[in-house]
Amino acid sequence: MKPAPFAYLRPECLQDALEAYADHADDAKILAGGQSLIPLLSMRLAAPTMLIDINRLTELSYVHTDASGVRFGALTRHAQIEHDKRANRAQPLLRKALRSVAHPTIRNRGTTVGSIVHADAAAEMPAVLRLLEGSVTLRSHEGSREVGAEDLFVGPLETSLAAGEIATEIFMPALPAGAGVAFEEISRRRGDYALCGAAAIVQTDPGGAVTSVKTGYLSVSETPLVLDLSDAFDDGELSQTNLTGAGELASAAVQPETDIHATADYRRQLAGVLTKQVIEQAHNHASARTIGGSQ
Amino acid sequence: MTWKLVGENVTRVEDDRLLRGLGRYTDDLCPEALHVAMVRSPHAHARIVDIDIERVLDVDGVLAVYTYEDLPGPLAEPLPLLIPHPALTHGRTQYALAKDEVNYVGEAVAMVVAIDRYIAEDAAFRISVSYDPLPPVVGIDHARKAEHLVHDDVPGNVAARMEQSTGDAESAIAGAPHKLTLDLEIERSAATPLEGRATLAEWDTGSGRMRVWTSTQTSTGVRAAIAAKLQLDLANVDVITPDVGGGFGVKIMHPWPEDLLVPFVARALGKPVKFIEDRREHFISSAHERGQVQHVEVGFDDDGRILGLSVRFWHDNGAYTPYGIIVPIITSTQLLGPYKPGAYSVVFESLYTNTVVVTPYRGAGRPQGVYAMERTMDAIASYLGRDRTEVRAVNFIQPDELPYDHGLLFQDGRPLIYDSGDYPACLQKLKKLVGWDEFETFREQARSQGRRVGIGLACYVEGTGVGPYEGGHVQVETSGKVKVATGLTSQGQGHQTVFAQIVADELGVRFEDVEVTTGDTRRFPYAVGTFASRAAVMSGSAIAFAARAVRTKALRIAADALEASSDDLEIVDGIVRVKGTPDATIALGTVAVLSNPLRYAFDKASESATQFVVGDPDKPPVAEGDEPGLEGKGYYSPVRSTFASGMHAVIVETDPDTAEIKILRYCVVHDCGHVVNPLIVEGQIHGGVAQGVAGALYERMSYDEHGQLLNASFMDFLMPYVTEVPSKIEIDHLQTPSPLNPLGIKGAGEAGVIPSTAVFAAAIEDAEGIGITSMPISPSELFELRRRNTEASSPGRRAT
Repeated sequence: MKPAPFAYLRPECLQDALEAYADHADDAKILAGGQSLIPLLSMRLAAPTMLIDINRLTELSYVHTDASGVRFGALTRHAQIEHDKRANRAQPLLRKALRSVAHPTIRNRGTTVGSIVHADAAAEMPAVLRLLEGSVTLRSHEGSREVGAEDLFVGPLETSLAAGEIATEIFMPALPAGAGVAFEEISRRRGDYALCGAAAIVQTDPGGAVTSVKTGYLSVSETPLVLDLSDAFDDGELSQTNLTGAGELASAAVQPETDIHATADYRRQLAGVLTKQVIEQAHNHASARTIGGSQ
Repeated sequence: MTWKLVGENVTRVEDDRLLRGLGRYTDDLCPEALHVAMVRSPHAHARIVDIDIERVLDVDGVLAVYTYEDLPGPLAEPLPLLIPHPALTHGRTQYALAKDEVNYVGEAVAMVVAIDRYIAEDAAFRISVSYDPLPPVVGIDHARKAEHLVHDDVPGNVAARMEQSTGDAESAIAGAPHKLTLDLEIERSAATPLEGRATLAEWDTGSGRMRVWTSTQTSTGVRAAIAAKLQLDLANVDVITPDVGGGFGVKIMHPWPEDLLVPFVARALGKPVKFIEDRREHFISSAHERGQVQHVEVGFDDDGRILGLSVRFWHDNGAYTPYGIIVPIITSTQLLGPYKPGAYSVVFESLYTNTVVVTPYRGAGRPQGVYAMERTMDAIASYLGRDRTEVRAVNFIQPDELPYDHGLLFQDGRPLIYDSGDYPACLQKLKKLVGWDEFETFREQARSQGRRVGIGLACYVEGTGVGPYEGGHVQVETSGKVKVATGLTSQGQGHQTVFAQIVADELGVRFEDVEVTTGDTRRFPYAVGTFASRAAVMSGSAIAFAARAVRTKALRIAADALEASSDDLEIVDGIVRVKGTPDATIALGTVAVLSNPLRYAFDKASESATQFVVGDPDKPPVAEGDEPGLEGKGYYSPVRSTFASGMHAVIVETDPDTAEIKILRYCVVHDCGHVVNPLIVEGQIHGGVAQGVAGALYERMSYDEHGQLLNASFMDFLMPYVTEVPSKIEIDHLQTPSPLNPLGIKGAGEAGVIPSTAVFAAAIEDAEGIGITSMPISPSELFELRRRNTEASSPGRRAT
C-alpha cells in the first residue's frame, strides 16, 4: 500500500500552482486535504506522475459570509465551515450535512471544495451544493469562470472542470426567510458513506403554507440528484398524506444500484423514508425560524 | 495472611507503556532492514505459465527477486500440515512461493527484496506473470457440487469427512413425538488484528545464528519451523515476539510463507530483512474463518427434551488445510453446549474452495456450533409454544452430573468431559440480569408506541486451556526483583499483569517487583502458544508451580540462615520472617545471594556468599541434587481441557421502516472458574462481544463468483466502530472452580464472541416473527427477508 513514484510540487502562490497545473494537466493531481486522493494513491488505483500540493496557499482558506450566502476557498477544511457560526446562521444546512461527513479527524483535514470536485455521488456536500443551487469558481492560468451546480456534475466522479482548472471557491446561497432545511442519512457504521442520504429545503409563505419542497440525495444516483416535490404539497399542507406521496415519488425517482452493502430496492425504501423525515424536519425548521426570527 | 492479589482488579502494567506510544512492534525494530514485497496472484485459480522478472532487475534499490525455482531443499516442499488427523484424508498445503498453480487470489507467487517497501512494491508491479485461468470454486454450494475441483487429486473437493456419535440419534429422532429440521448458514469473517503479520530476521554470519522477531502467537512454533525449513540447528535460532498488535487466532497459524522466506533471504543476503504485511495483503492472504452450511434434525418430547440430534454440516476450509480440521472438530463437539441430548450424531465435510485459508479465529468453530444448537433450541420452543429458557433448562446437564462425559473426542484428541459448571444457576442469573420474565410487559409498551423489540439468549460451553503443556520460570535476583518467563506469547491480553499477580501471591513478593517476559525463546524455549483461551490456565498454572518451587527453596535456605524450621517461616513483601518474631527476618534478595556460593564478591551483599564466609567446609558448596540460584521451573500439562461456560442475552429494536437493528441491552453471565483479575476478564468479554456484534451484524467476506474479494479494505469490510458496539455491557459472574489446575481457573479469552451470532439471530427473530437462518444479517437483508416473508411463510424451518 505504497504509492507509485510521483513528482511533488508545493507552490507558494496560486499563480504558480495554476501554471504548474497548466504544464502538467494530463498527469498531475491537486493535493488539498488528501482524504480521498491519498488512499487512491496508496492502493495504486491512481498513479499521477505529479502532485501539486496547494496547502501553502493559505489565501484559499477562508469562510466569508454575507447576506447572499457563504463563500469558502479550496483550502477551507470541512471542520472550519462546520464550526463557523455566521456561515451556519446564513445557511444552516451546511453544518447539518457536514456533521455526517466521515469522522472528525477526516473533517479536520479534508476540504469541502475538494470533496465537491471529487464528485462522488455518495458524498454529502455535492448533494448539498446541488440542492442549494450553489456555484463553483474555477481558475486556470488563462482566467476564471463560474459554474452552477447543475452544470458541474457530469458523471460518476466526473465534473465539467477543464484541464488545468482548479476549483478555488464555492458559493452556497443563504437560506431565504420562511424556508427551512434538514439533512439525514443512514449508513452501516457512523461516518461511513451513506446507504442513502437526503436533504430538504422547504419554503413557506408568511401564512405558513408550503410553497416549495425540494430534496437532494446521496448514494442513489450516478450524480447528485435533486427532486422538486412541490407538487405533492400543492394544497400547501404538510399532511401525512402529502408526505407519503412525496416519499413514494422519491422512491420512484431515485436510481440506486445494488452493491455488497445494500440492494437497490432497500436504498429505494430508504429514499422514501428519509424523504418524509427531512421534509417534515425542514418544515419544522422553517416554522421555528419564522417564530424565532433566526435559525 | 498477606494481601491477596489474585481475584483483585489490578490495573494493567502494560497500559502505561502502550498508551504512551512506547510499545515496540516488529516494524519499529531495525529501521535499516531491507523490505520484501510479494507478488500475489490476481486469479482465484490458475496455472502459472511464465514469470518474467526481466523488467525488475535494473530497478534501482532492488537486491533480489525470488520465485519457486529459487527455493532450496525443504523450503521447496509444501508448507507443514500442522495438525494431521486420520479424517483429513486429503490434506493439502501451499508452497512458500506458488509452484505451477495458484489456488486463491493473494497467494504468493514471487518475492522482491529492496531497500525499502516503496521500491519493493514498484518492482513487484513490474513483474509480469502469465496465467492460464482455471474455473474457480467459490462458496460451499459450488464446492459440494464439485463441477470443478480446487485440487485435481481431491475428489468432490472434500478434504476431510468426519463422523462422531453417541447413541443412535436416527432411531431416537424417528421415535420422538416431535421432529424439526433446520437449514442454517453462517458467513465468513476474519480476525483482522490492527497489526498485520510482521517478520524481521537478522543472520549473524560469524556465529551462524538466526535471530527473528515476529508478530506471532507462537514463537516456539515459528522457531521450530524455521530451523526445519532452513536446515538450521534449533539451538542457533532465536525467535522473539515483541509487542503484538492483536492476534485473535490468525497469528497462531504458522509458518506463513513470509515467516520462512524472510529468514531465508536474511541469510542469503547477509543483511537484516523485514516483511510488514499491509492491510490489503492481510485481507487476501491471511486466514479467514466461520463459513459453514448446517443441516439439523432433532426429535424431542412434549417438554422440549432432545431425544435425538443429528447434525450435518459443510465447512469451507479455503484453498488449503495447514491447520488441519481443528475448526470443524470444535464446531462438531462444542455444539452440544450445556445440553445432554439423548443421542447425538454429527457428520461434517471440510471442503476446498479457491479462497483464502480458514484457520481458527477467536471462538474457533464454537460460534458456528452454538448457532446451530441455539437456533435448534429456539425452534423447539417456538414449535411447542414454550418459553425458550424452559426448553433449555430441561436439556441442561445438572450440577450433580459433573464431571460429564459426552462420549466424544475433543479437538485435543482427549475425551470431551466437562470438568465443572452450574448451568441452571447461570440461567437464573441471566434471567434476573436481563429481566427475562418482565420482557413481555416491555414489548407491549414498545408495541403501543409503534416500536418493534425482541429478546434472545444463547448458552455455550467452551473447552479452554487445551494442552499439551506450558512452562514457567521464576528467578529471584539478588536485588529481590523477581524475573518470570513463560514461552507463550502476548497480544495485549494483560499476561504481564495476571502472571505477576499469581507470582506475587504464591511467592509472597510485591507485585511491582515482578517482571514477566513472554514469547522469547531465549528466555523459555519450551512452549506451545497463545490460543484456545489457554494462557492463564496453562502458563498461569505453570508459573504458580514454578513460584512454589522457588518458595520452597527460599524457605529452606532462610531456615538455615535464621536457624528456624521452615514450617515457622512466611514470606511477606519479599521478606522471609519467622511467624510471630518480627525481628527474625531475611530479605529474599539475600536468600538469593546465599543460594549461589561465590568465589568472587562483586558488591557488599555478595560478600556474604563467598567461600570464606559461608558453608560447611566438609560439604560441597552446592549440595548433591541442589542447584545454585534462587530459581524454579514448573510445567503444567493437564489431562484434558477445562470447560468454561456462559450465557448471553440481548434486547434489540428493529426499525419497521428502515430495518435498522439497534442494540438496547446486552447482558452476559460468565463462568471462568476463579477469576484472577475481574477487570481483565471483563475487558476480554467487552472485546469479545464487540467482535461478536461484528460477526452477527457487520462483517463478512464478500467474494464474487470469480473468487475476488470485493471488500478487502476497512472501508468495505465493516469492522464496527465504537459507535456500533453497545456502550454498556452488563456482566455478572459465576465461579465454579476447575478441579484440573492449581488455581481453579478456566480460560476467558474467547468467551465474549462465542454466542453472539446465535443471540442476535434469536433476538431479531423474536422482534420480527420471521425465522432467521442466515447470519450475519444487515438491514438490507432484513428488509429483503421481510418482503419474502410477506409472500411465503418462514423459510428454513419446517415441521416434519
